[in-house]
Amino acid sequence: MVEIYNANPTVDAGHSAEHPADDPSRRDFIHIAAGAAAAGGVVATLWPLVDQMNPSGDTLALASIEFDIAKVIEGQQAVVKWRGKPVFVRHRTPKEIQEAVRDDGAPMRDPQKDEDRHKDGKAEWLVLVGVCTHLGCVPNFGLGEYGGWFCPCHGSVYDTSGRIRQGPAPLNLAVPDYAFLTDTRIKIG
Amino acid sequence: MSGHSSYEPKTGIERWLDSRLPIVRLAYDSVVAYPTPKNLNYWWTFGGILAVCLGIQIITGVILAMHYVASADHAFNSVEHIMRDVNHGWMIRFIHANGASMFFLAVYVHIARGLYYGSYKAPREVLWILGCIIYLLMMATAFMGYVLPWGQMSYYGAVVITNLFSSLDEVIPGLGTAITTWLWGGFSVDAPTLNRFFSLHYLLPFMIAGVVGLHIWALHVPGNNNPTGVEVKSKEDVVPFHPYYTVKDGFAIVAFFILFAWFVFFAPDALGHADNYTPANPLQTPAHIVPEWYFLPFYAMLRAVPEKLMGVLTMFGAIALLFAVPWLDTSKVRSMRYRPTARWFFLFFVLAVVLLGWCGGQLPDDVVIPVGHNEAGHPVGFTVVWLSRILAVYYYAYFLIVLPLLGLMEKPLPVPDSISTPVLSGGGAAVPAGAAASPEKKG
Repeated sequence: MVEIYNANPTVDAGHSAEHPADDPSRRDFIHIAAGAAAAGGVVATLWPLVDQMNPSGDTLALASIEFDIAKVIEGQQAVVKWRGKPVFVRHRTPKEIQEAVRDDGAPMRDPQKDEDRHKDGKAEWLVLVGVCTHLGCVPNFGLGEYGGWFCPCHGSVYDTSGRIRQGPAPLNLAVPDYAFLTDTRIKIG
Repeated sequence: MSGHSSYEPKTGIERWLDSRLPIVRLAYDSVVAYPTPKNLNYWWTFGGILAVCLGIQIITGVILAMHYVASADHAFNSVEHIMRDVNHGWMIRFIHANGASMFFLAVYVHIARGLYYGSYKAPREVLWILGCIIYLLMMATAFMGYVLPWGQMSYYGAVVITNLFSSLDEVIPGLGTAITTWLWGGFSVDAPTLNRFFSLHYLLPFMIAGVVGLHIWALHVPGNNNPTGVEVKSKEDVVPFHPYYTVKDGFAIVAFFILFAWFVFFAPDALGHADNYTPANPLQTPAHIVPEWYFLPFYAMLRAVPEKLMGVLTMFGAIALLFAVPWLDTSKVRSMRYRPTARWFFLFFVLAVVLLGWCGGQLPDDVVIPVGHNEAGHPVGFTVVWLSRILAVYYYAYFLIVLPLLGLMEKPLPVPDSISTPVLSGGGAAVPAGAAASPEKKG
């Protein structure tokens, strides 16, 4: 233990340099407790300054939207803005669904069956977050050799089920939380 | 800042101030009497050029902030307002936008000069590291400044760069997402992102100015390196900074301004991208996005690696390597003027960086050397992505293999005893001819 000069040995006799054998644990405890309280105080003060950058209340409040899918005809894709991001609502053709199911067994980076990427009995409706899982660009539909999406930024290619087939992206296009409210209306988020 | 001060206050006011705040003494010792090696060539003028660049960016930036509106709804229009309506706004904005490019041009020359003449070696390691920190701050500042006009390139530049952190999801699931959400202030690049980038873009230049102060302080302790790499040994080797280098730097700054002004007045958009005159659209990415030219070499390295996390690490590693250079180079000879083999490796290093920059501007699958055509009639052969890979390997090898091993294996040329020796002996044998050789041999 560090020797501490005791200005008033009659009050706090046990910790003068002349009595080094005295129990040091009480003074150590005070030092550790004070240090811990100071560290805790610093963290508690800094945290709001860091956390203010996280999504604000009004941003979080916009967490779900509803969309009328009746106006999306077969072969068309609507792009809906959800949480600032594009969501692809794609009305697939039977040919696209067939191609997606056919490739279920093909080697893939992020293997997933087509039936796990749409709601049961709604194979024609594919709802995807339109954000490339590489670095966040918006892939374009109809380009790339798998009949799905092609990302213009770094060349990732997705198939008609939105699964990554080629390029640097690590994951399939994400399927957001969504539900069919009616046959023609979905709620995203 | 170091050594004996030769300042003598001449007036009563100066004496009064000197005994209270010796600020005139500091300025006198730093930029007037400061002893400077007498053989500095024009590559050494880029420090002064960079100081001027920083000053121009801060002045024009403060002015632009008087007219710019940091809001996703108004940012793009406020930039157009600056360009069309504000008195001289077009000129001030073009100076600021092209000034960033000029700043990077100068800093790349400055870094290359340090690498060639071994300016990072003992006792200047801290000076070098401070320079690397300035470079990092410059990149952060430039990136956030490019986002502010809120055009398509601004938006997708912000998307791609912030998403680099999402690759951390591969290390700890959820970590990358938490960081990107925190950076964005939402679930995508959006209005809160723009506002915080504006705040930081205004802050960082002053942090750069602070580190520049440290950089100059760390320079004035050991003093300047010089083209021979031999330390100053006597008063014969130095001249006072003023008037010798104030004039030389001043001349170089004026020459640099000619290039600067040419861009500003004759090709103000040549270094930018037309897509940034389209307002940001979160639902549609432009067909071909590229960063500003000064980031292209790193962008090429990012794309050279087919795996996301490794690509990001390769890119950041290329910058991180610079910090370790003082300890990677094992050669006892400082200047490459006396390292005949190292000069070649350095030349190829510069070429590799320039070519990487070229690759960064191409599409990854573009064919560089065609060897035939596929069934669809498209050329096939050696592609940009493969060229990038080879160049990136050389970039890394230069720092991790060439600098450590060559210092041990190379037989350097004889190094002069002092800065004055090659000048007094006629400047012949010890000074090889070449692009970087000093033109001013008359001393």
